[in-house]
Amino acid sequence: MDFSYTEVQQMLQDSVQKFVQKSYDFDTRNKIIGSETGYSADNWQLFAELGWLAVPFSEEDGGLGGSAVDLMVIMEEFGKANLVEPYTATAVLGGSLVANLATGEQKETLLEGVIGGELQIAPALAEPNGRYNPASVSTTATADGDQIILNGTKIAVENGPNADTLLVSARESGEIRDVEGISVFAVEAGSPGVKIRKYRTVDGKQAAEVTLDHVSVAASNRLGDAGAALPGIESALNRSIVAVSAEAVGSLEVLLQKTVEYSKTRKQFGTAIGTFQALQHRMADMFIQCQLARSTVIMAAMSLDSDDSSDEKAKAVAAAKSRVGKAIKSVGQEAIQIHGGIAMTEELDVGHLFKRVTALDLAYGDGDYHTQRFAAL
Amino acid sequence: MNADFTAEELAFQEEVREFLQNEFPADLKAKVEASVRLDKDDMVRWQKILFKKGWAAPTWPVEYGGTGWSHTKTHIFATELGLYGAPEPIPFGMKMVAPVIMAYGSEEQKQRFLPDILESNVWWCQGYSEPNAGSDLASLKTAAVREGDEYVVNGSKTWNTLGQYADWIFCLVRTDNTVKKQEGISFLLINMKTPGITIKPIVLLDGFPEVNEVFFDNVRVPAENLIGEENKGWTYAKVLLTHERTNIAGVPRGKRRLKALKRIAGETEDGFGASMLENASFKQRLAEIEIELQALEYSELRTLAALSVGKAPGPESSILKIVGTELAQKMDEMFVELAGYNCLPFVPEQFESGFDGDAIGPGDSASAALTYFNNRKLSIFGGSNEIQRNIITKAVLGL
Repeated sequence: MDFSYTEVQQMLQDSVQKFVQKSYDFDTRNKIIGSETGYSADNWQLFAELGWLAVPFSEEDGGLGGSAVDLMVIMEEFGKANLVEPYTATAVLGGSLVANLATGEQKETLLEGVIGGELQIAPALAEPNGRYNPASVSTTATADGDQIILNGTKIAVENGPNADTLLVSARESGEIRDVEGISVFAVEAGSPGVKIRKYRTVDGKQAAEVTLDHVSVAASNRLGDAGAALPGIESALNRSIVAVSAEAVGSLEVLLQKTVEYSKTRKQFGTAIGTFQALQHRMADMFIQCQLARSTVIMAAMSLDSDDSSDEKAKAVAAAKSRVGKAIKSVGQEAIQIHGGIAMTEELDVGHLFKRVTALDLAYGDGDYHTQRFAAL
Repeated sequence: MNADFTAEELAFQEEVREFLQNEFPADLKAKVEASVRLDKDDMVRWQKILFKKGWAAPTWPVEYGGTGWSHTKTHIFATELGLYGAPEPIPFGMKMVAPVIMAYGSEEQKQRFLPDILESNVWWCQGYSEPNAGSDLASLKTAAVREGDEYVVNGSKTWNTLGQYADWIFCLVRTDNTVKKQEGISFLLINMKTPGITIKPIVLLDGFPEVNEVFFDNVRVPAENLIGEENKGWTYAKVLLTHERTNIAGVPRGKRRLKALKRIAGETEDGFGASMLENASFKQRLAEIEIELQALEYSELRTLAALSVGKAPGPESSILKIVGTELAQKMDEMFVELAGYNCLPFVPEQFESGFDGDAIGPGDSASAALTYFNNRKLSIFGGSNEIQRNIITKAVLGL
């Protein structure tokens, strides 16, 4: 039993911390997210140079062979800084979809693009009536000679406005929630029939609603075998859930820390509000929530890195997302409450973190959804 | 990062399992499974079996007859006991007074008291709380006045757990009224048979006199029974309180109870044509409890890993206490919910040793409410959960 970081993980953590300290203060972060693309292309290049974009991929695929725990280390630091670059969309979920499903040449080009920092991916999995179930796919893929015709609507497509390539799940056969019959297609963002309705999410990030109206792609754009994509999607989602959960844990820790600091300096009734037991116990509870959430993320990351069966892995991941969801609500809301009115403004980073973790709670399924998934497994 | 045991630890785990299967008496196992309370003889018998094996005192150093196990091995031992349903040693002697005697007692006191604790020849109880000194323990008033080579003790102690079985009591007593309240307290060992001691049972909500009030009326205690120095008792007691408490989170017991909840839920109809296990609301809450148990387990493992590399037990034990007790209480609620009307019969004698009447209700369903009532104590004793939050506030948050 060993819960300490390896030397490499320690170095990874140091390197992210150094970057954040040097070039990611609150004002800089706000400028970046307020820019047209909502992320910094320079930072992205730097991430490539530092090897961060290669961490999620096996050495065979040209990556650094990073584990889920490695990913957890990076994401927690990103969460502390409320970093806005689309790391999860492109390098974790997008990249893992390619790594899990694609074969041969296609994999090589796409992953080279991701690792080199030249390619932005937008995974397009969710649909208007599918909630968080990746098997709930009604977008259709119909063969037409050598081509495949895609029709349907995808929602909450993270990184959609900046993507070069969309990874679209579509059904080639079967009924709406059938396990079989789903494929993932790489679709160029500019393809005829692809309509990208851009928007900003509540936490200021870039997303889109994507409609596919008779979009024609070559059969070679299908990642892997026809109709067999679901296990690869689920495995990519498991990794992404660990990533966003770790990000949330980092953000929650900062919310707790800022709340405690604020309570030491804010004076009312002639004394620091942190001396009031009514608030102290609530902050103690925030600490407990942070610790429990962290424990489940560690559990899930270790499970993904182990020989556990795919059901065991899915169950550990579902437990983590469920538990983190609970912590997000309580720690996030208490941070706002204890700060009082000032946290209702854009002026303080606390509100920005609160909005971010609220979005993270929904990412790839909220707590309730994953509790149900846990119970069903 | 990994949560794996080493080959040696795995072999040890196997050894403990085999030992439990072969040596934990079948009649005791039957009692545990039927929610029947183990009496003093049961507990002493089991403790002596552990002593024979050399496993009576997992947390003691070898020089005093302990096992000298690593933190991980101690954890494995407690886990296997909990999963099997075998009780842990009664804590008062083994885990509470013995470490204080080892750390602050004289050589003579060590020789006199420790072997009998190890062999379970002597039953100890705790004399800390008083009617007016609960969470604010340091305000205790029971006085010990030195007269020659004796202390004369007057006052009363309460919430004295299983004192009806006890041969000895370890007490915090006031030996100086003129200084700060923490600085006038001494740690005194008192034979329960000393003239002037009376014990009055307190029946709790579940109908069992689990605790007592103990009265001291001019009780004359030899001064040689004082531990360490006079007026240093608070320091000793504090060390004891932060002394590593294994299995404080109650994860193994929680796992065993979760299994029972699932089994009973599968056998219980929800009134709408499905079992409670299939009932959407119950199923969701059960899953939440299972997830919380995992969060607790991994938090405990993280603490254990930190201890194993020599870090001092910190405020983590407060988290484990709060979360562990609150989770156990949630499970109690679910047992009550599953039992439904069957938790209403108040027949506590049905769950005492030697009951041979007709049981009311299916299985041990009539114990559900009793356990629910009794376990309200969990968030009160051992430093109430509010006191634990104070500890976190101070030690972690720096407020």
